[in-house]
Amino acid sequence: MSRTSDWLRPRSEHGHNGPYRTKENMMAKYLLLKHYRGAPAPVNNVPMDQWTPEEVSAHVQYMQDLADRLEGTGEFVEGLAVSPEGTWVSYDGEGRPPVTDGPFAETKDLIAGWMVIDVDNYERALELAGELSAAPGAGGKPIHEWLELRPFLTHPQTITE
Amino acid sequence: MKPVDEALLRTLAPTGIGVLVRRGADFAAAEDAVQDALVEAMRVWPDDPPRDPKGWLVTVAWRKFLDAARAETSRRHREVRVEGEPVPDPGEAVDDTLQLYFLCANPSLTPASAVALTLRAVGGLTTRQIAQAYLVPEATMAQRISRAKRTVSGVRFNQPGDVATVLRVLYLVFNEGYSGDVDLAGEAIRLTRQVAAKTNNEEVAGLLALMLLHHARRSARTSPDGRLVPLAEQDRSLWNTGLIAEGVDVLQKALTRDRLGEFQAQAAIAALHADARTAEETDWVQIVGWYDELVLLTDSPVARLNRAVAVGEADGPRAGLAALSELDPGLPRHTAVAAYLHERDGDPATAARLYAEAARAASNLPERDHLTRQAARLNVELRS
Repeated sequence: MSRTSDWLRPRSEHGHNGPYRTKENMMAKYLLLKHYRGAPAPVNNVPMDQWTPEEVSAHVQYMQDLADRLEGTGEFVEGLAVSPEGTWVSYDGEGRPPVTDGPFAETKDLIAGWMVIDVDNYERALELAGELSAAPGAGGKPIHEWLELRPFLTHPQTITE
Repeated sequence: MKPVDEALLRTLAPTGIGVLVRRGADFAAAEDAVQDALVEAMRVWPDDPPRDPKGWLVTVAWRKFLDAARAETSRRHREVRVEGEPVPDPGEAVDDTLQLYFLCANPSLTPASAVALTLRAVGGLTTRQIAQAYLVPEATMAQRISRAKRTVSGVRFNQPGDVATVLRVLYLVFNEGYSGDVDLAGEAIRLTRQVAAKTNNEEVAGLLALMLLHHARRSARTSPDGRLVPLAEQDRSLWNTGLIAEGVDVLQKALTRDRLGEFQAQAAIAALHADARTAEETDWVQIVGWYDELVLLTDSPVARLNRAVAVGEADGPRAGLAALSELDPGLPRHTAVAAYLHERDGDPATAARLYAEAARAASNLPERDHLTRQAARLNVELRS
C-alpha cells in the first residue's frame, strides 16, 4: 500500500448512518448491594425479627419472584446473601498462618447480599433497583430499603480510536 | 471418532431454518428445531459423520420440528396440521440467510437480544456458548432468546430489512464481545463477510474493513501478561499484514463508490494507522480530516473526543486541549485524554493528577490499570 495513501484522502460528502454507542445505551452488568448496616434508614424501618411470620414469608417470596421474573426477562445473573458474622483475615508474613481478628463492631458498612443484573441501560438498572427496594416489610408495606447500585467494570472495547 | 467441523456445522444453521420456514414452520419453532439438531449433530457426528451434512441437519431438524408440533398439538387437543411428509423444497429463490439477518436485527429488539438471537439463529452457536461468552447463566440467555423470538413473531420472514440494523448488531458482537470458548471477534468477521457477499452496500464493506484492520492488531494490543498496549507503543511487526491488506482492499473498493458512511470513515482511520510503519510516521493531518467526516456523519461526542486526540498529534497538545475544552467533561475517557495532552504539553503534575482521576472513572479493568500505571510513572518522575 502506498505511503501517501491518496485514495484515503477524505472527501466531503455525507450520507447518514446510525448513532455511535455511548455509555447510556450499552448493555451492562450492575450490582445491587444490600446492607445490614451502613445504608441510610429506610421509610419502613422495623427490624425483620419484629415482623409477623407471614410478613417474613411475603418478603422472601417477593425476592424469589423478582429473581424468577428477571430470569424470564433474560436479565438475571445471580443473587446471593451473606451471613452478618465474618472474620477479618490478613497475611502475617512468610511461613506464618494468616492472622484473624474481629468482627469489628465499629465497621460502619456491613453487606447483606447482592443481586447481579445484566440490562440494556442505566435507566433499566434503576427501575429494577427500585423494585427490589419495594420488597414488603412490616405491615406488608414496602421497606423503601436503600440499595447501592454499582456498575461492573467491563471488558475493554476493541475499537477505541 | 472424528472431531466435528463446527465451522461447517454453524454455516448450516441459517440454511436449515430457511428450509423449515419455507416448509411452513414459523420462525421460532424452526429456530428451536435447528438448535436441537445442531446439539444432536455435535453428539452424533464424531462417531457417525454424515455423508451429506446439510441433508442430515435438515432431516433431523424437520423431525424435531414435527415432534415439537405434535406435542404442542396434543397438549391443545387439536388436529395435527403439519403432515409428516415434507413438502417439496421450493428452492432458495430468496436468500434465506440474509432474511434471517434482518429478522434477528429487527429494530423492535434491544441490542442485547438482537446480538443473542443473531449469534444463535445465524451464527449457529448454542445457547450455552452464547451465555458463556456474555457471562450470564444459560437459563437467562435461553429466556433472552425466547423473548426475542416472541418479539419478532409478528414480523414476516421475507419482510425487507434495513442493512444498517444488521451492521449495528455485528459491530456490537465484534466490539463488545467478551470471553468464553468462542472467538466472538472472529465470529463477527465471519458473519460480516457473509453479509458482504450477499449485499452490495458500501457500509457493509466499510464495517468488514474496519473489523479486519482492527483484528490485524489483535496480538499487539495486549502484552503477554495481559496489559493493554496503546496504539503508539504496539509492536507493529506483530500486526497481521494479510488482514491489513485485505481490509485496505475492501475499503478501497468501497470508497471509490463515493457513498461515505461512518464505518468507511472509521475504517479509513484504521487504515491510516496501519499504513504507518512507526507511530511517528502516522499521518495525523489526514486522520483529523477523517474525524471531521465522522463528526459530520454521526455528530457523535465520542468521535469529537477522538478528534481532539488526533488534533493534539497533528497540531500540538495546545490545539488538542483547545478542541477538548469544547466538549462535555463528563464524556467517558475525557479526563484520560486531558491527562495525555497535558503530559505532552510538559505539565506532568497536572497529567499525573488527571491520570489518577481518569483511572477512578475507567469503565474497564485493563484501562484502569493502564491509567494507574501512567499516574504512577509520572509521580515517580515528579518525586525524583
